[in-house]
Amino acid sequence: MAGHASREIDSKTLWGGKVSPFSTSYGKLMMWFFLVSDALTFSGLLIAYGFTRHSFQGSWPIGEETFDSLPFLGHGYPLIYVALMTFILIVSSVTMVLAVEAGHRMDRKGVTKWMIATIIGGFFFVASQAWEWSHFIHGTEFGKVELTDDSQAIVKGHWGDVKNFTVTVDGDHHKKGAVITMKQEDIQHTYRHAVAEGHLHNGMITLHDGSIARVNKEANHEMMLIVKESGGEYSKGDKIKDHKKATKMYEDVVNSGDAGRVIYGANLEENEYGPQQYGQFFFFITGFHGFHVFSGVMFNIIILLAVLRGLYHKRGHYEMIEKTGLYWHFVDLVWVFVFTFFYLV
Amino acid sequence: MLRDDIIEYSLDAHHSEETGKKLRKKIWFVTVILTLITAVEVAIGASIHQDSSYWPVVKVFFIVLTLVKAAYIVLVFMHLGDERKILKYIVLIPYFIFALYLIAILIYEGLAAGEGFVGGGA
Repeated sequence: MAGHASREIDSKTLWGGKVSPFSTSYGKLMMWFFLVSDALTFSGLLIAYGFTRHSFQGSWPIGEETFDSLPFLGHGYPLIYVALMTFILIVSSVTMVLAVEAGHRMDRKGVTKWMIATIIGGFFFVASQAWEWSHFIHGTEFGKVELTDDSQAIVKGHWGDVKNFTVTVDGDHHKKGAVITMKQEDIQHTYRHAVAEGHLHNGMITLHDGSIARVNKEANHEMMLIVKESGGEYSKGDKIKDHKKATKMYEDVVNSGDAGRVIYGANLEENEYGPQQYGQFFFFITGFHGFHVFSGVMFNIIILLAVLRGLYHKRGHYEMIEKTGLYWHFVDLVWVFVFTFFYLV
Repeated sequence: MLRDDIIEYSLDAHHSEETGKKLRKKIWFVTVILTLITAVEVAIGASIHQDSSYWPVVKVFFIVLTLVKAAYIVLVFMHLGDERKILKYIVLIPYFIFALYLIAILIYEGLAAGEGFVGGGA
C-alpha cells in the first residue's frame, strides 16, 4: 500500500488537475461509488423489514425456530446451517483477498489458485441458498395448525412416516381392498395435500378418483406446540409441551376434514412460519442477495479467464482482481447484516 | 497507448514479498476473528431465547458484534483503512448519514404505527 497514498503532496498539486485527490484509479473509485449506492439499496430493504417487524402486532417468527434443519439430518439444529453458509462466504472472502495480495506481487499462479478457490466458495454458497429456499418453500412435515380454539401454532417433533393407504370404498381407479404404496416423497405429498384440502377425516383419506382409504401411518414422537397467534383458550407464546396432549390437539385438527386449517411451507400469499410479509421479505432480501452472489461468481469466472490468458500480466498490474474483489467482499458484508437482522435478532 | 500525463495509480499497490508475508498474516488473523465472532453469535442465539430477560442485552450485543465484523471486512479486506483519508470519508460519511436517518425513521415510525393499531386507529 505504498506509493501516492502515503506520499505527502501539497494541496495545490493535489487538486490542481492531473493528480487524483483520492490517489486511486478511475475504475476503483467508481466501484466504491457503486458499492455505496448498492449498500443503500440493501439498507433500504433491511430497514423496511425492521419497520414491518416493529409495527407488527402479532408474533414475528423466531430465526432459531424457523431455520433449524440440516440437509440429510433433519431438524433440531438451530441456526447451524445459516452459520455454515456465513462461514463459507467468509472463507471465500478470505481467498479473494489472498488473490488480490498475490496480484500485488504479480504472482500469476497465486492469483489463479485463489480465484478458483473463491469461485468454488461462491458456488457452494449459491447452492446452499438454493437448498434453503427449497426447504423454506416445502416447509416442515407438520405445518402450521389452526387449533380448535382458533389460535395458531407451529409444531416441533419427530414425524412418523406415512406407510401406505388401504382402500375401503371403491373409486374410479382404486378398488376396495387394494393397498396403495408410493415413493416416500410422493405419499407424503399426497397426505399433506389431503390435509390442507380437508380430505382427511378420522384417518380416512379421500383420493383424487373418489375412493376412500385408511391411512397407515407411524406415530409422531416428542411433539410440542408453540402458539403464535392467540385464540379463545391459548395465547401467543404458550407452549404445549405435554407430548400426549400436543399429539391429540394436532391430530384433531389434521383429521377434522376442514380445509385450510393446516398450512405447509411458504409462497408469496401465506407461509407456515408467520405473517405473509415475513415470507415476502425472506424471498426478496435473500433472493436479492443471492442474485448478487451469483453475479459475483460470474464476474470472478470472467476475471479468472482473463488471468489465465495472461491479460493482466501484460498490462503490468492486477487491479482488476482488486475491483471484483471489492464487489465480492461487499456481498459478504451484506450477508453479515442479513444474518444478524433476519436470522439472529 | 501510454500517456505520460496520466498517473498510473494501479502500480502503487505493488508490494514486495516481505510486505506480502505481513499482509497474509494479517488476513489470517482477521479470518480467525470473523469465524470466532460467528461461532459466538450462533452459540448465544441457540442457547438464549427471545423470551429470556437477557434478550434485550443479547440483541444489542449481536448488533455490536455485527458492526465489528463489518468494520474488519471494510477496513482490512476491502483495504479502505489503507486508502487516502478523503476516499475513506467520501465513502463512509454519506452512507452513515443516510443509514442513521433511515434507522431513526424506522424506530420512530414503526413504533408509532404499531401503537396506532393498538389504539384502533391513526
